[in-house]
Amino acid sequence: MYETIYHRPSSIDEAAALFAKNEDGKYLAGGHTLIPVMKSRLAAPSNVIDIGRIPALIGIEAAGGTLMIKAATTYYDIMSSTQVKQSIPAIARLTSMLGDPQVRARGTIGGSIANNDPAADFPAAVLALGATIRTNKRDIAADDFFKGIFTTALQDGELITAVLFPLAAKAGYSKFRHPASRFALTGVFVAQSKGGDVRAVATGASQSGVMRVGEIEKALKANWSAAALDSVKISPDGLLEDIHGTAEYRANLVKVMAQRAVESAE
Amino acid sequence: MTIVTRKVSLTVNGKAVSADVEDRTLLVHLLRDNLGLTGTHVGCDTSQCGACTVHIDGRAVKSCTVLVGQADGSNVTTIEGLAGHNELHPMQAAFRDNHGLQCGYCTPGMIMAAVDMVRRHGGKLDEATVRQELEGNICRCTGYHNIVKSVLDAAGRMEMASAAE
Amino acid sequence: MKADGIGARLARKEDKRFITGKGRYVDDVRVHGMTYAHFVRSPHAHARVKGIDISEAMGRPGVLAVLTGRELVDDKIGNLICGWMVHSKDGSPMKMGAWPAMAPETVRFVGQAVAVVIGETRNQARDGAEAVIVDYEVLPAAADIKAAIAPGAPQLHPEAAGNAVFNWSIGDDKAVDAAMSKAAHKVTFELENNRLIPNAMEPRAALAEYNEAEEHFTLHTTSQNPHVARLVLSAFYNIAQEHKLRVIAPDVGGGFGSKIFIYPEEMVALWASKKVGRPVKWTSDRTEAFLTDAHGRDHLTKATMAFDANHKILALRVDTHANFGAYMSLFSSSVPTYLYATLLSGQYNIPNIYAEVTGVYTNTAPIDAYRGAGRPEASYLLERLIETAARTFKVDPAELRRKNFITSFPHQTPVIMAYDIGDFNASLDAALKEIDYAGFPARKEKAKKEGKLRGIGFSCYIEACGIAPSKAVGSLGAGVGLWESAEVRVNPVGTIEVLTGSHSHGQGHETTFAQVVADRLGIPANQIQIVHGDTDKVQFGMGTYGSRSGAVGISAIVKAMEKVEAKAKKIAAHQLEASESDIVIENGTFKVTGTDRLMPLASVALAAYTGHNLPDGMEPGLKEGAFYDPTNFTFPSGTYVCEVDVDAATGKTSFVDFVAVDDFGRLINPMIVEGQVHGGLVQGIGQALLERAVYDNSGQLVTASYMDYAMPRAEDVPSFKLQHTTTLCPGNPLGIKGCGEAGAIGAPAAVINAITDAIGNNSLEMPATPDRVWHAIQSGRA
Repeated sequence: MYETIYHRPSSIDEAAALFAKNEDGKYLAGGHTLIPVMKSRLAAPSNVIDIGRIPALIGIEAAGGTLMIKAATTYYDIMSSTQVKQSIPAIARLTSMLGDPQVRARGTIGGSIANNDPAADFPAAVLALGATIRTNKRDIAADDFFKGIFTTALQDGELITAVLFPLAAKAGYSKFRHPASRFALTGVFVAQSKGGDVRAVATGASQSGVMRVGEIEKALKANWSAAALDSVKISPDGLLEDIHGTAEYRANLVKVMAQRAVESAE
Repeated sequence: MTIVTRKVSLTVNGKAVSADVEDRTLLVHLLRDNLGLTGTHVGCDTSQCGACTVHIDGRAVKSCTVLVGQADGSNVTTIEGLAGHNELHPMQAAFRDNHGLQCGYCTPGMIMAAVDMVRRHGGKLDEATVRQELEGNICRCTGYHNIVKSVLDAAGRMEMASAAE
Repeated sequence: MKADGIGARLARKEDKRFITGKGRYVDDVRVHGMTYAHFVRSPHAHARVKGIDISEAMGRPGVLAVLTGRELVDDKIGNLICGWMVHSKDGSPMKMGAWPAMAPETVRFVGQAVAVVIGETRNQARDGAEAVIVDYEVLPAAADIKAAIAPGAPQLHPEAAGNAVFNWSIGDDKAVDAAMSKAAHKVTFELENNRLIPNAMEPRAALAEYNEAEEHFTLHTTSQNPHVARLVLSAFYNIAQEHKLRVIAPDVGGGFGSKIFIYPEEMVALWASKKVGRPVKWTSDRTEAFLTDAHGRDHLTKATMAFDANHKILALRVDTHANFGAYMSLFSSSVPTYLYATLLSGQYNIPNIYAEVTGVYTNTAPIDAYRGAGRPEASYLLERLIETAARTFKVDPAELRRKNFITSFPHQTPVIMAYDIGDFNASLDAALKEIDYAGFPARKEKAKKEGKLRGIGFSCYIEACGIAPSKAVGSLGAGVGLWESAEVRVNPVGTIEVLTGSHSHGQGHETTFAQVVADRLGIPANQIQIVHGDTDKVQFGMGTYGSRSGAVGISAIVKAMEKVEAKAKKIAAHQLEASESDIVIENGTFKVTGTDRLMPLASVALAAYTGHNLPDGMEPGLKEGAFYDPTNFTFPSGTYVCEVDVDAATGKTSFVDFVAVDDFGRLINPMIVEGQVHGGLVQGIGQALLERAVYDNSGQLVTASYMDYAMPRAEDVPSFKLQHTTTLCPGNPLGIKGCGEAGAIGAPAAVINAITDAIGNNSLEMPATPDRVWHAIQSGRA
C-alpha cells in the first residue's frame, strides 16, 4: 500500500469538510472494497476518511412503508435485523449470502453500492426495489444512480448516508457464486412492488454492470411464477465472458437464478 | 529518511498497547511486527483466505483488511489471547482432539472464525452450516473434513459449558 | 496395541503450538538489523532486458541496495539446475536452458525476477522496487504447449530447437504395434491434465544472515528438504561452502511439492545479505506465489488402449506432451517421465505398453512436482480410458476393472515397476460395499424423479512411493540418492531425541515418529523429541516428498533403534549379569526374560554415560545413526468411488457420497493417515472441479489470485468415508507404503467418471466447472 493519511471524523459534515480540504480523498467505511485495491496498489488515495463509526450513518429504521438502512450499517447487522427480516426478507437473504462471515462483519451497504462493482449484490436489490439513495446532498433514485460498471451518479465528495427501500409485495434473490472469488457469477433480484410493477435485475452477468432484464420482467408481470420463465430466452449479447463462464452460460444463469429468486420470493 | 507515523492505542488480548506506525499499516502487521503476535498469519492479498482472522470488539474480522486507524481504540483478541495462560479454549482443544489441523498455518484463523461462528449460532450448528460459514477461511491440508468435525465438537462442548453456567 | 505405540490414534504432539499461535514459521523469525527484499519482476512473458535504471530507486527513502542479474553474473553465482538427467529416445541429453536467479538478458515468464531492492522496511523495499525502471524489448511469447510446438513458434532457449526439452520413450513400440493389430476393440482418448498451482497456505519465505567474521551464512527457509537446499546452494550456486551455510526449515506451512525446489529468491537473499552486510528477509505475497511457485501437471495426451474379444487389455500406447514452463526446475524432468509413464500399467495386467513423452518449454512459470507428481496424470488417463471402454462395451465398469486386475505378486510391468504386493479386489470389494453399489440404480432412478442427474464414478489407482532405491534412481538419471538418515540419541536420563532427515510441514512426524520409538521401548511418546529441519542438528537427509517419510524416514529410525537397542541390551546384560540373548524390552525396561530382574531404560542410559561399569571394550554413550536405502518403491493402491448429483440447470456438481478405500500397508497413526487422505482427496477434487491455472495468449497469468484461481472451500467438498485394506509392504521393516499423495492421485478420475456418468456425455475436461458441465449437457442434448 502506498502512503496515505487516515482520518476519522465524528460527523457527516466533518467527513465532507475533510474530503473538501484534502486532496485525493476517499471515504472508507468497512474498507472491504477500498483496502484490497489499496493493498494491490491499484488505488492510492492520499487521504482516507473513515466514516465507519459516524453514529448518524449506522442503523436501520422501518416506517411508513419504507425500510431505511443507513450507509455504514454492516452486512451482519442487516442480515440479523428483525426489521429487515420482517419488512423485506429478500434483503436479509441477499446479505446473508454476501461475502463471508468476516467480510459481513465489516462490509457496509454504502460501500457495496458506491463502487457499483459489476459483481456486487446490493445494486441488484436497490435497482429491483426502486430504492432511493440518500446522500449528504440529495436523494437519488436508483434508476438514476447506476451509470455503468464502477460508475455512479455520485459527485466528488458526495457521501451516501442511507438507502431507502420501499416495501415490496414480493421480493426474492438468488445467486450463483463465482467459483473463485465467490462474488456473484450471476445473481438475480426479482421484486413485485405494492403497485404491481415487476422488476428483475441481474448482477455479475453484464459487461455494463447491474442490469434490468426486460424479458423476465415482462413474463413475470403476466404471470408471477418460475414456470412463466421456462420459455424465456436471454440473449448472451453484452454479457460477460471469462474462464468461469461463457456469455451463453451466464445468459442461462440469468434465467435460472430468476426462477429460483421467484421461488424464494416472499 | 522519514516515515510519518502516528500513535495508535488499543486493547489486545486484554492489555492496553500502543505503537507508532504509518497510517498505511494494516492491523495484521501491527500485531505481527510491532506486538510480536505472530500467531495471526497472512495467506493471501485479497481478503479471502482468513489466516489473519482476529476478533475486533467480539466479531471475527480479517485483520489484513483493517487499517490500524480503524482499529484504534478497539478491543482485539488474537489466537494468543483466546484462552488463559496454559489453558485451551474448547475450540482449540477440539481442533487438537479431532486432528483439525496439519501444517497449522490456517489454524489460528480457522479457530478464531469458528469461535465467532459458535457465538453467532450457538448449538444450532450442523455440518452444512459449518461448511457454509467457513466460506472465508481456506485450508489446503485437511480437506476440511476434520475441521468441520472439530467445530461441531467444540460447539457441543461450548453449549454444554454455557448450559452449566 | 500400546497407548502411544504403532496403530494408536494419538493426538499430535506438535498441535499445542499451532493452536495457540506459537508456531514459528520463517516470516515469524525476526533478527536484529533485519532488512526486507522486494523483487522487481517482469511484466512480460518474453522480453529482452535492454537496461535497468536504478538511480531513482536508490534515492527512495530506506532503500539500501538495488541489485541486478548482471551483478549475479559478475559474482559468478551459478544458474539454477535440474538435478535429474533424462535422455531422449535418440540418446541425446535433455536440453537445459540457462536459468539465472535474476535475468541479466532475457525474461521468459511473467514474474521472473530481474532485480531486487533491499529496504529498511517491507513497504520501503516495495516502494523502491516500483522506482526501478527496466527497459524491455518485448518478444513474442508461446504461452502453452500447442503454441510452443507450432511451426514458427517463438524459441525460448537456443539449446532447445522447437522448444523441446526432450523426446523420451519407455516400453516396446513394436510389441505394442503387434498387439494393437490383433485387437478386437480399441479405445482412443485425448485429454488434458490441467495445470495447477500448489498454494501451500504459507507463502514461501527466506531470511538470510551473514556473519562476516565467521564467513558463515544462516538461512531460514520454507523448505521440505533443507539439506538438499544446502547441498545445491553450496555445490552448484557458489554462494557458500557447505560447512559455512546453515539451513533451517522451521515450521513450514504446507508444501505439496512446491517447497522441494531451490528457488531464485533464497539464493538472492543469501547473496544480498553478504552484499549489504545486514540480514535480508523476503516473504512472498500470494500474487508472487501464483507467479513464481513451481506449478504442477499440464499435460496433453493421446492414448489408445487395445482389448481382446473378452475385454482383456492387450496393449496401451500413450503420447504425451508435458509442459515444463520456461525453465527446468529442480526435479522437473523426472515428473512426466519416471514418475508418470512407469505407472501406466495401473492396477491392470497390460502386457504391452509404449509411451512417448515430449517435454516442452513455454513462456510460463516452471512446472515441477506437485502432490502426486506424474502419478495423478497416469492414473487419471488410465481410469478415464477404462471407464470409457466399459461404456463403449456396455459392461459394468467395476467388473471390467476386476477382469483386468493384477492378482499375483510380485508383478513385473512392461514399464520398469515391479509391484511387490497388493490386493486390488479387496479394496474394490470394500468400496462397492461401502457405497452400496447394488443400490445405485434405484438411487439414480429416485434422483431422476427429483429432477437431478445422478452419477457414479470409480478410480482404481496405484502409485509408486517410498522414493526411492538410490541405485535404481541413479541408473535412471537422478543426481542424488534417495535414502534417509536417522540418529537416535538416548540422553543419560533416558529421554530420547530422534534426529531425522525427513521434514514435517503438516504430516505430523513429531507424533508418528515418536510413536514408533515409543512402541519399541514401551515408553510414553512424550519422552521422545523429534528433531528435524536444521542442518546444524541433523547431519544429512533427503527431506519429505513422494510419500516417503513413513516408508523411508521411519525405516531409518527403525534401523538406528535396532543399533541402540542392541547396545543397550549389552549394557543391561552386563549389569544384570545375564546373557544378552535373554534381555527383552518391556514397558521401558530391560528385563531378563522369565525373571523379575530388570533395569529401567533410564538406568541403562545412565550406565552408558557414566561408563563406570560397561562391558570390556565398549565405548560410553548411547547414540546411534543409520542410513536407510530402500530396496524397492512401495506401491500404495486403492479404490475411490463417488456418487454425485449434477444440477442440469446450472451444471453444478454436488457430492452425495465419497468412499475411499486405501491399502497403505502398516498405519502408524490412523488418525493422521486419514487426515492425509482427506487433504489429498480435496486437492484431487479441486483439480477435478475447480482449479486451473490459465495464461492468456500473451503469457499473462489470468489466475494470479484467489479471485480467479478457484481453491476448494469447505462448502465445495463432502465429508468422506474412509476404509483401509491392508497388505504389508515386504520391502521395509514395518511394512509401510505411504499415504501422502493417494487422495490427489485417485480422486480426479472418480469425480469426472461420476459426472460424465450423470450427464451422459463423456467429453469433459478438468476442471469440470459448472460452465463446462452445463455446456456438455447442452451438447449432449443436441
